[in-house]
Amino acid sequence: MAKMIEVAGLDAYYGSHKAIEGISMTIEPRSVTAFIGPSGCGKSTFLRTLNRMHEVIPGARVVGKVRLEDQDLYGADVDPVSVRRTIGMVFQRPNPFPTMSIFDNVAAGLRLNGRYSRSELEGIVEESLKGANLWNEVKDRLNKPGAGLSGGQQQRLCIARAIAVRPQVLLMDEPCSALDPISTLAIEDLIAQLKQDYTIVIVTHNMQQAARVSDKTAFFNLAAQGQPGRLIEMDDTSKIFTNPAEKATEDYITGRFG
Amino acid sequence: MTTQTGIQMRTGIRPISAARRATDRLVRVLVYLAFALAVIPLLSVLWLVVKNGIGRFDIEFLTHSMRNIGARDAGGGAYHAIIGTLEQVLLASLIAVPIGLLTAIYLVEYGEGGRLSRITSFFVDVMTGVPSVVAGLFILAFWILALGMPFSGFAGALALSILMMPVVVRSAEEMLRLVPRELREASYALGVPKWRTIVKVVLPTAFTGIVTGVMLAVARVAGETAPLLLTVFTTDSINDNPFDGPQMGLPLYVFDQAGRPTDTAINRAWTGALTLILIVMLLNLVARLITWWRSPARRR
Repeated sequence: MAKMIEVAGLDAYYGSHKAIEGISMTIEPRSVTAFIGPSGCGKSTFLRTLNRMHEVIPGARVVGKVRLEDQDLYGADVDPVSVRRTIGMVFQRPNPFPTMSIFDNVAAGLRLNGRYSRSELEGIVEESLKGANLWNEVKDRLNKPGAGLSGGQQQRLCIARAIAVRPQVLLMDEPCSALDPISTLAIEDLIAQLKQDYTIVIVTHNMQQAARVSDKTAFFNLAAQGQPGRLIEMDDTSKIFTNPAEKATEDYITGRFG
Repeated sequence: MTTQTGIQMRTGIRPISAARRATDRLVRVLVYLAFALAVIPLLSVLWLVVKNGIGRFDIEFLTHSMRNIGARDAGGGAYHAIIGTLEQVLLASLIAVPIGLLTAIYLVEYGEGGRLSRITSFFVDVMTGVPSVVAGLFILAFWILALGMPFSGFAGALALSILMMPVVVRSAEEMLRLVPRELREASYALGVPKWRTIVKVVLPTAFTGIVTGVMLAVARVAGETAPLLLTVFTTDSINDNPFDGPQMGLPLYVFDQAGRPTDTAINRAWTGALTLILIVMLLNLVARLITWWRSPARRR
């Protein structure tokens, strides 16, 4: 189920502005990779290039290669829609569909993509909600609107929605930054479980979180405002936090800047 | 007073001054006055129409046409005009709503500020300003005189749809722009193609607002007289085929009856106006019911 991602020489642009430059890395399957770095350094942009979500913004484009196992995601004949079906995403702000019930929210990705019988859908929805640790809280009100849940529950609903389509990789863009510590803990526990089955990439501003949940950590930085962001270093999380190779990384994680 | 000044001294927080109280009161009175001024004409029109129209608002009025009703005869009704108005407005909506909605979707989802979308947007603005007579004249010149089609309810519907379209485009565009980016992105990230995202996520989210916009457009064209005069012509008989021959419409009926010299005709005109107002109100009520029935709040 989980697959490896290889990135080589990737640049991303917003119009004529180059947001990130020359990024190459390997993301291991069945592991959690965390992206850290100051605001505006392009971690979210880079994350969005991994499932071709970057290009849905008008004027945005990407140069370089992203490979999932052996397939180039930016190949000429690759359908971005099927890339996103394979590489799911959870956003910073919980964004359940306001017109849909809890059940319909989780089933949305399946329903909008193909035909499933009611019983198949019920099975997948239950499995996904259990996978997101939300089943016990919502099993009695699956027909209520998803927007009526608390922020933490909504975010877990979004995770359930993302894993319902059975992706091979799960990208998370600061999934806890809008949540309280208890909900954050719930999501972190969930990430630890999910990495049994998925390749997980998480962007976070919270360095303790990166240290707690991730196996590998990548540090991004930009030389100055208006300059493109770059990957400074990437290594095992324990190494990055105890003995980083680069001075900039050490300054950042010890709180000397950013 | 001494304690108050004492507090004032210590914290620097002052009580509301007399001048600010007076200004507040003055502005409040002005706002209420402006509201009253805006409502007076509305209420007085409603009152007049109800007072003068209620007398003839009976079964005969709703079920009979003006066929074989002499100049001085009492009785007669607006059945032919009610049928005409309903058919013309329905046809106009069937033409204008799909085109308007698709235009709005193009402008919001696909145009991306390109050349074509700017041109489209400009002409929608131009169309908003087109006087209704001109829409009627255009259909008269193009459809009836140049193509040789007969006067008909459909010709009227064409003219009305020209007036409806820009209203539908503008209101639907506003509503679609209100749908947050995050919802579209959430859908894309699930591997849902753009067109399905629009159909299943964006449109349902904007549905209530779009319905309201369409109802405003319907209400606007339901009362149009001038374009109908040029395209539908008038008749005293029932013609329930909107595609052939002159029809009547309630605004035309009011115009026609109000121009006649007898009291019975004047009364029929008032009742026609009352009927028109009631039809528009009823349509609005139906739209409210639809949006209420579709709203997520109902299921909470």
